[in-house]
Amino acid sequence: MSGFLKLLLRNRLAALGGVVITGIVALALVTPLLPLQPPDVTNTAERFARPFSPGHLLGTDNLGRDLLSRLLLGTRLSLAVGTVAALGAAVTGSAIGIVAGYFGGRTDNVIMRLIDMLMAFPYILLALAIVAALGPGLVNALIAVAAVNVPFFARNIRGLTVGLAGREFIDAARLSGLGHTRIILSELLPNVLPVIVIGISTTVGWMILETAGLSFLGLGSQPPQADLGSMLGEARAALITAPHSSVVPGIMIFLIVMSINLLGDGVRDALDPRLKSGALSRPRAATRVAREHVPEVPQQGVLDLQNLETQFHVGRRVYRAVNDVSLHVKPGECLGIIGESGSGKSVTALSVMGLVASPPGVITGGAVRHDGTDLLSLRPGDLRARRGAKVAYIFQDPLATLHPLFTIGDQLIEAIRSHRALPKAQARARALEMLEAVRIPNPESRLENYPHEMSGGMRQRVGIAMAMINEPEVIIADEPTTALDVTVQAQILSLLDELRRERGLAILFITHDFGVVAQLCDRVAVMYAGRIVEEGPTMQILDAPAHPYTKRLIACVPELGGGRRTLAAIPGLPPVVDKLPEGCAFAPRCAKAQEACRRGEIALEGAAPRAVRCLFPEEAPT
Amino acid sequence: MTGYILRRLVSAIPVLLGITVIVFLIMAMIPGDPATAILGSYATPENVARINASLGLDKPLVQRYFIWLGHMLTGDFGRSYALNRPVLDEILDRFSATMVLAGTSFVLCAILGVLAGVVSAARQYGWADRAITFVVLIGISVPSFFLGMMMILIFAVRLKWLPVSGMYAIYGGGDLADLARHLAMPALALAAVATGVIARMARSAMLEVLRQDYIRTARAKGVSETRVVLRHALKAAMVSILPVLGLQAGFVLSGAVYIEMVFQWPGVGRMLVDAILKRDILLVQGGVVFVAACYVVFNIAVDVVQGLLDPRIKA
Ligand code: SF4
Repeated sequence: MSGFLKLLLRNRLAALGGVVITGIVALALVTPLLPLQPPDVTNTAERFARPFSPGHLLGTDNLGRDLLSRLLLGTRLSLAVGTVAALGAAVTGSAIGIVAGYFGGRTDNVIMRLIDMLMAFPYILLALAIVAALGPGLVNALIAVAAVNVPFFARNIRGLTVGLAGREFIDAARLSGLGHTRIILSELLPNVLPVIVIGISTTVGWMILETAGLSFLGLGSQPPQADLGSMLGEARAALITAPHSSVVPGIMIFLIVMSINLLGDGVRDALDPRLKSGALSRPRAATRVAREHVPEVPQQGVLDLQNLETQFHVGRRVYRAVNDVSLHVKPGECLGIIGESGSGKSVTALSVMGLVASPPGVITGGAVRHDGTDLLSLRPGDLRARRGAKVAYIFQDPLATLHPLFTIGDQLIEAIRSHRALPKAQARARALEMLEAVRIPNPESRLENYPHEMSGGMRQRVGIAMAMINEPEVIIADEPTTALDVTVQAQILSLLDELRRERGLAILFITHDFGVVAQLCDRVAVMYAGRIVEEGPTMQILDAPAHPYTKRLIACVPELGGGRRTLAAIPGLPPVVDKLPEGCAFAPRCAKAQEACRRGEIALEGAAPRAVRCLFPEEAPT
Repeated sequence: MTGYILRRLVSAIPVLLGITVIVFLIMAMIPGDPATAILGSYATPENVARINASLGLDKPLVQRYFIWLGHMLTGDFGRSYALNRPVLDEILDRFSATMVLAGTSFVLCAILGVLAGVVSAARQYGWADRAITFVVLIGISVPSFFLGMMMILIFAVRLKWLPVSGMYAIYGGGDLADLARHLAMPALALAAVATGVIARMARSAMLEVLRQDYIRTARAKGVSETRVVLRHALKAAMVSILPVLGLQAGFVLSGAVYIEMVFQWPGVGRMLVDAILKRDILLVQGGVVFVAACYVVFNIAVDVVQGLLDPRIKA
């Protein structure tokens, strides 16, 4: 609770709203105690006195009545009416919602149908109809506004209750012989109450506005009694000659509604955990780069990662997702990066083309070179020109990574035309050719399909076609087969392998599965907690893993190329990368861990082409 | 697609019936004898007898409903005694004025709202985002009728740019330019709140979509950022913005009441308020059913657009 208040106060606007509305409410509360002019005494000699006239701080209205005292009384009335309407709507609506949600079945069906009917009306129209039936008057306006807001509460609370009604503690209460009323009052109500309160706080401003509106139309409070709306309505006739009599109540309504809105927004934000974590931030077009120097090393492959460091900055916490990673891929070579989820392998892959969501991602060090050019220092336009054209990605789960609202054809054609000014027809022909190349049957008709109309395997072929369509030099495949079943996976892998051999592609292949690595990769780098812990030719590593972690990973694949693919068999959890232990990050899970492992930096070393980051490797790499 | 539209049209029938039932029940809450209530000061014994005979007002409630419904289905909404003309004629006359106002407002708030939301999201936490957020906050907090009055003071009285009220100039007006000049302020005042609500919704929908994997895919393909925002993200965001547009159309349509009062606009809203104050019950009843039915039809149109936008719906 106090954390919530702190959050609320940190939101300056919400705090401002809170202060203003508290002030207005306080003023309304003490109004009867203030030495004010009588609000209903007419004095035609002093009609429309301007603000700051003697005796009338805010001037007078069309009958010479003191505006200040009318304003304060009107505010009092409007606040009271709006609040009562909100409470009325909340109580009635929640009661309906709880009954519908708790009893379910036919009751629920009938009630919710009715509520839907009410919601089919334009909101204010329904209020007008109710006032028309009951007759103009403040109480009737209040009833009308409360009534039209009942569906809002009924719906929300019903949804919540349905969720609760199926839970064990309700069943337990029922089994222990408690009556429905008791269960609703003692078990359900306390659980839905916070939502009701939030509902009230977000709608009360609206209800004040609506009752004021009805009064403005002459359908609410009747003279001489006046709420803010009818003050404004009466002043309208003299809008041009005496604008102040309109401005005064109008600004008051505005202040009340705005401060309640500000407060309501603050409450909502304070309760929304996503805002705090920055999960609602818009990712920039390219990951932010903030590095002190660019490491200079001679070019070794078509893609060189040198001392790459990528971090996530969330609030004051820093997650070191990629920590000093260096990798090199040559043309026609396939390099695997393997590790558990959270090991930093995907972030490494996404860092290459600046696709790590940012915020929160920041590339804090190192270099990524394609053909010797540092991609991290490219201007946005130049980076964009290389994305997809020189270095292309294949992602996991193409249902989420293909746009659901565009056809396959559109998406393929767009990939081409982002880089070449090709006429549409030619681009289409090229798209068709690519679909054939990845062996999609009936490619012609597939162009018109949407992603959801295809099978997972077909979608991934589309993903590959899209990556290949501009004939890139490097393909980065981020777990492209994880969502697929074993046979389809094998097909996709052999397709990739074939394409690589035919076109001399360099592939960076991210996976958590040594079985997949064995089928496709020439070399493999094992990542753990953001760092490479072992690296070398696939066959050598499979034959003789040096790092205890690698050994475990391999042991998880019962029979290479088939069977169960999971890493769950490794006991313990990978470390959270914001609290890395000193020394070897794997030590807590390592059977061979010694005192020395927990101290100081352990280097990645060994005789080329192998290297390992372990003080007590399984067998000396040769 | 045709099948989808037909299905939606059929599903609207119970909603429309429900609307008539609700309006009928609300109106049945009027205390006292319905014939006297409807006739008001015209309640001579002959008139009472005549109206009882034609509307079956002395029959039980259920029967009365079906008589009323039957009349409406044949286009007979009854007669306004205060205006001495058929209710439907009056509604149709007034409704065109409301459509001009509400329609313009709706187009305005849809375009401005979505635009503001997109800019806000694309420039999250930048100065444009802050400025829009601030204006939106004011927009959704200021009562439309007060906003209308302040616009009159500034643009009509002070600056004399625009006419104070009405739909056409009394002398020499009547063309489109005249209408536009009269329409500008009321349409904007009416659009303000809805624009704010739509802008907020559009902003958060865009932010939600911009974090999706398929946006990353578009970027990985090398699609330009403008295109990513305006084509990929906006199209996906529209799926959640459209229902809000439908909802806001209802607010614009019924909120026209206030604006029509402030600007002396000869629309249905003002007609309804006058009818309520004069206790012209048949006119209120007919007007409410008519406007609500139009709104239901409009929402079907929104659903159809939704179906066109999102291929996953038809399946
Ligand atoms: S360094 Fe020590 S703790 Fe780490 S893997 Fe090697 S043996 Fe295990």
